[in-house]
Amino acid sequence: MELTLATPRSPALLSSPQALRLCQKELPQAEWIGLRFHTENTHTRSVRNEVCEENSVVLSSGVMVEVLFQGHFGYAGTCDTTESGLRTAAARAMALAQVAASHQIHHFTVEQRPKSVGYYRSPVFQGLDDQTVKGFVDLLLAASKALKVSEQIVSAQALVRLVEADIHFVSSNGSDVRQQFLTVTTHFQATAQDGSESQYRSDKGNLARNLQTGFEAFDQDDILARCEQAGREALLLLKAPNCPNEKMDLLLTPDQMLIQIHESIGHPLELDRILGDERNYAGWSFVKPEDFGRLQYGSPLMNVTFDPTVPGEIASYNFDEGGAPATREFLIKEGKLQRGLGGLESQDRLPSVPGVANFRSALWNRAPIDRMANINLEPGTSSLQKMIEQTQRGILMQANTSWSIDDYRNKFQFGCEHGQLIEDGRLTTVVKNPNYRGVTVPFWTRLQAVGGADEVEIYGSPFCGKGEPNQIIRVGHASPPCLFRQVEVFGGGT
Amino acid sequence: MISFSQLEKYFEQLSDFAFSQLQRGEHLGLNLAGEEQDYVRFSQAKVRQNTSVTQLDVEMIFQSKGRKTSSTTSLLGHEKEDQARLAALLERARQEVEVLPPDPYLVPMMNHGSSRSQHHGRLLSAGDAVKDIAQTAAGSDFAGLYAGGPMIRANKNSLGQSHWFSTESFFVDYSLFAVNSNQENKAVKGVYSDSQWSTAELAKHLQNSKNQLALLQKPTVTVKPGSYRTFFAPGAMAEISSMMSWGALSFSAMKRGTCALTKLYNGEVRLSEKFTFKENFRTGLSPRFNALGEVAPDELTLIKNGKLENMLVSSRSARQYGATANGAGEGEAPRSPEIATGTLAEAHALRELGTGLSLSHLHYLNWSDISAARITGMTRYACFWVENGEIVGPIKDLRFDDSLFRIFGSELIDLTSESVVDPAVSTYDARALGGKKLPGALLGSLTFTL
Repeated sequence: MELTLATPRSPALLSSPQALRLCQKELPQAEWIGLRFHTENTHTRSVRNEVCEENSVVLSSGVMVEVLFQGHFGYAGTCDTTESGLRTAAARAMALAQVAASHQIHHFTVEQRPKSVGYYRSPVFQGLDDQTVKGFVDLLLAASKALKVSEQIVSAQALVRLVEADIHFVSSNGSDVRQQFLTVTTHFQATAQDGSESQYRSDKGNLARNLQTGFEAFDQDDILARCEQAGREALLLLKAPNCPNEKMDLLLTPDQMLIQIHESIGHPLELDRILGDERNYAGWSFVKPEDFGRLQYGSPLMNVTFDPTVPGEIASYNFDEGGAPATREFLIKEGKLQRGLGGLESQDRLPSVPGVANFRSALWNRAPIDRMANINLEPGTSSLQKMIEQTQRGILMQANTSWSIDDYRNKFQFGCEHGQLIEDGRLTTVVKNPNYRGVTVPFWTRLQAVGGADEVEIYGSPFCGKGEPNQIIRVGHASPPCLFRQVEVFGGGT
Repeated sequence: MISFSQLEKYFEQLSDFAFSQLQRGEHLGLNLAGEEQDYVRFSQAKVRQNTSVTQLDVEMIFQSKGRKTSSTTSLLGHEKEDQARLAALLERARQEVEVLPPDPYLVPMMNHGSSRSQHHGRLLSAGDAVKDIAQTAAGSDFAGLYAGGPMIRANKNSLGQSHWFSTESFFVDYSLFAVNSNQENKAVKGVYSDSQWSTAELAKHLQNSKNQLALLQKPTVTVKPGSYRTFFAPGAMAEISSMMSWGALSFSAMKRGTCALTKLYNGEVRLSEKFTFKENFRTGLSPRFNALGEVAPDELTLIKNGKLENMLVSSRSARQYGATANGAGEGEAPRSPEIATGTLAEAHALRELGTGLSLSHLHYLNWSDISAARITGMTRYACFWVENGEIVGPIKDLRFDDSLFRIFGSELIDLTSESVVDPAVSTYDARALGGKKLPGALLGSLTFTL
């Protein structure tokens, strides 16, 4: 029998109910106890220039003990999931909660941890047991070969990251939620070099293709065709002129819309940022609590949802880690700000602002905080072709390569892999180093056209960083192509 | 869980077990990483969240038949169970090398010797730290993170190599906020980091920050986009120098077309003679050994007086591209960077700046054009408009977009004669080790775009 990608599993040392009973016995003074068992297996396989560079697996497992004491939640995470490990973690969680309770920023109650019972599983047809190591590595070798369309391609990288996550949450008020995920991230990139100049083109941007899926998503013929196209486009970019510096209409494809949505809608709407929790790290927000229901965030074509219900999008789930049921909600409707990205704790601190089920953690060793999940721009009625035809002087930009925004989420600058000028309603010259800059609300006000439902593409990032201690989390962003009028566009060079 | 004070012995036993399972022609390297940390997050000088974390992981690098696999697992700290986990992963690795293609650039495992470095600290209990910080910061709008406890990195391999690095330390990484006369939020940044806790030192740090905050309460000066004479405080230099970790000094990145300093390597540009950048492990902030157990030299000059002297070369890159390895890890990023000081006394920095911008920190840097070493980012925290050597007032945050070739080249007037250690405060996955040693820098001009 051939070796599959599945890795050995360690047996659970204690069942979740047993562990909960143990903690309840240890901590009679706790007003509430929650246990989050989290196992996450991350497989990374990478081939560069037809040589295997990485074959790694990281098996992380542990439990987060969470206690409520005098209105304050204390946390202790441990990789020691034996009885003695749980006892020690429970004692640490309680000891620090007892001290911190008298310095708490807000008095919480068990209402922020409602009883929830349920299950979620990623829509997977072919799992790791169904895929052989050899077959999978052979696919990456073939992809790397397809990327290298010329000797000028100095790096032809094919990388896949598979994450199996199993999160089981039980609590003293009867919660019992199990959610099992398989996420697939692919990255195929060709880098062309000529002297000191280099350009790269990838399959939709750096690690942008992220889905909850199984191996049914790997269509070898399609992957190889995409790789060859990336290789050829890298060569074209190497010879292309720099993007011009001028104000012009900007047409963004979904693989760039993902970062535009993420940085200038997702993060500023996080309620913990608005409350100030994040000020010492990623920053605050230009959005104020009184803006909800009032602020015209963008043009009336702008409709944005928090949607953890999209099958296959990377941050879909049924419950957040506070136990709140996850539902689709409009954050922005016809350009007007409706709702913030905050879980039950933030909603209790900001009762005037409606929130969502987005209290999430990176792993068993981190406490949940307000995070994005899937933040999607809803489709409109235009199309890519129509938007090109209606543009006299503009540029089509594809695939994010650079991103930067200020700590209040106002002034941004983004760069893309591939630019192509639009002149008199037609795509013309390919340009390299296309960048643009703007300010969040004025930029979204310039949204002039939104592609239709048949042009929506789903992307995301496995690496959204935030929080103290820092956490990396998976976020999804779906969007059709969008047209913005009169944006400051520029190219590279010193 | 085994006590962290007994972890060295435990790792030895676990390694002995794993090595005893090897068959002829197989080699094994083990990298241990562990921490027992208390993390306390503050906002408005109150506790927002507190998390204690005990984590112990071991990476197992297995080599056989010219192939390599890497498997990392959480450990329980209980011998029988951990041995079972390693045995299962070892068996899995053994099966996997049978189906992987040969690795032409495999770095065969070697015994690179042994080292032992242990740094004891005098830390408060997390509870006492919470009380101390909350009481000292009371009355101010204090936001930040306390992290404290032991951290461990160790390496052993089946050829007898053995390295141990443990340290006990803490940091309080914080911001103090105030509203200025324009009703704008203004903030200063501070870090108190050490291995010996002192309430008086914490109070001193906070008082210094409060003094700076008073300057930020002046009316805001609106500065239009353009080019301005600029002084980077060490905090801003820390952000700029972090771009050197994004492949800029990596030999393999240069070969793969993703290195920002390729033009420097090719001799097409030269940086200022005043600019010297090196790896300096004498600071003791991070272990000298890498994941293969190779020990980096105490010092390695990368850029000397504006000229590229060395790039960071891992053993794998050395085999692949025919270069000489110099103790770099596989990522080929600086692990203990230092920028050499200059002749500008920090006390005279504003006087020498004259009229322009004084920037304490920068935020969210990224490349605008990697081949041109061009970067963009934002100003953050205590950033002032200065006229004739005097602070006029804080600015509204500005976006800059300029090239490292100008910042550390044609526009670099001088570096300060003093430098400070900027301790690592990153806590992704686990608390980071290390830090950077940096001076401030005075530039003739920097381009601001938004």
